[in-house]
Amino acid sequence: MRTENQKAWFFVLPVLFLVAFNALLPMMTVVNYSVQETFGNNQFFWEGLDWFEQILRSERFQAALGRQFLFTGIILAIEVPLGIIIALSMPRKGFWVPVCLVLMALPMLIPWNVVGAMWNIFALPKIGMLGYFMNDVLGIHYDMTQDPLAAWITIIVMDVWHWTSLVVLLCYAGLVSIPDAYYQAAKIDAASPWSVFRYIQLPKIKTVLTIAILLRFMDSFNIYTEPFVLTGGGPGNSTTLLSIDLVKIALGQFDLGPAAAMSLIYFAITLAVSWVFYVVMTKDDQ
Amino acid sequence: MQKRALIPIVYILFLMTPIYWLVSMSFKTTNEILAGFSLFPQTFTLDSYIAIFTDPTWYWGYINSIIYVSLNTLLSVAVALPAAYAFSRYRFLGDKQLFFWLLTNRMAPAAVFALPFFQLYSSVGIFDTHLAVALAHCLFNIPLAVWILEGFMRSIPKELDETAYVDGYSFPRFFIKVFLPNIKAGVGVAAFFCFMFSWVEMLLAKTLTAVEAKPIAAVMTRTASSAGYELGLLAAAGTLTIIPGAIVIWFVRNYIARGFAMGRV
Repeated sequence: MRTENQKAWFFVLPVLFLVAFNALLPMMTVVNYSVQETFGNNQFFWEGLDWFEQILRSERFQAALGRQFLFTGIILAIEVPLGIIIALSMPRKGFWVPVCLVLMALPMLIPWNVVGAMWNIFALPKIGMLGYFMNDVLGIHYDMTQDPLAAWITIIVMDVWHWTSLVVLLCYAGLVSIPDAYYQAAKIDAASPWSVFRYIQLPKIKTVLTIAILLRFMDSFNIYTEPFVLTGGGPGNSTTLLSIDLVKIALGQFDLGPAAAMSLIYFAITLAVSWVFYVVMTKDDQ
Repeated sequence: MQKRALIPIVYILFLMTPIYWLVSMSFKTTNEILAGFSLFPQTFTLDSYIAIFTDPTWYWGYINSIIYVSLNTLLSVAVALPAAYAFSRYRFLGDKQLFFWLLTNRMAPAAVFALPFFQLYSSVGIFDTHLAVALAHCLFNIPLAVWILEGFMRSIPKELDETAYVDGYSFPRFFIKVFLPNIKAGVGVAAFFCFMFSWVEMLLAKTLTAVEAKPIAAVMTRTASSAGYELGLLAAAGTLTIIPGAIVIWFVRNYIARGFAMGRV
């Protein structure tokens, strides 16, 4: 049991100070921009909530948000079941365990822009391995700079390649914590593999699985560098996810007001969904 | 050999294919790369690597990255340790709210913060220093470190603390001599994660630097645009960015699964 002690605040102060410096000050700048209009020369005019209304009504934002939800939905639907299956079929002990874990974690340790650049070249027709195999060996026309569908598939495969291991490692950590006695009991009861999964393994990995889904949701919803380097949001706007669109507005067009309003709406959505996850996750903790 | 061992094997092959291809490309000449597809380098060359190790703008990119990543790891773990101890041992006013607020900072898209960060660090006067990037990466690394360490500390029974006090240990001595050795694995894992996320994050690192502290990623984009398509060079530079991660992960290989579960298993 944790004891009540208000002095514990002193232990938290350095963290609070450092994170607040990085989080609150930039956040206030964003809030500031979001309610003002500027015509340069550092002159600002009060705009109220106009930008928010304008952004929420704009088709461009709705389209980007739709693509974002589609992307996050697809990768969660692929990575979570796939991650569970791989974790279930991994060896529990022995020499191969650390080797598997290290190899699986490797894609996550590559800088994100290198991941994007790597897949960009990997998918080039003629030169890249993927492009070569698709076009010249399998005879399927594949060019992600021309075809929106090919671009989407490439982005999704890239994300599956990059992040499925996170789900695997989390589930695996949950699975190895199950005592052998549970499995022996299941064997005596002649339980089918499905009921072993449903009544022993799944309840045990519930917490870590929630963390995995939470992390994958947050990170895929905020994804920027990899798809930007891979496709640049193209062809057309077909792969312009929310972050890419935001940076286009903020740094490309320098429309700071709308960009700031969009940032806040974006952040609010992420926060709301994550809060639901967090509540579900910590419900059993207490 | 069990049949189900096939699944991890196929998965690992899928993961290694693009990496293998990047590494093999880094040993090819530019002509060979542009001429078409080849699975192995036909004319094996180290030119790309030599070019990187003899050009200061290239290798300083790596050194800069390693400096700010190490600085950030030290800073994050050092401040996260007492905070995680407080969260795992005590209840205090607003503890849950504070913990959730810390986590929310991992949710903010870095793209949102790029411009305000630039303005903030320019006005404080540390733009284009290693410290600026190290501090900026604290935004998402400190919450992560607190989260991981709290998970590991929670599994240490409170009796340990009480016994130490009965034995006459002062708090700092207890923390360093008794408590830290018990959560060694947690500290290692937290440090690994800080290293990893600071190493892979490039948007803020690029935004906050110009010349002096330019990370390797910025050097790579410059080369990609100014010298046309020097794919071999790009592949070699990319290969070199994988190595630090591969080295640090080897140290925590036995704790990595538990670490990814934030110590919560």
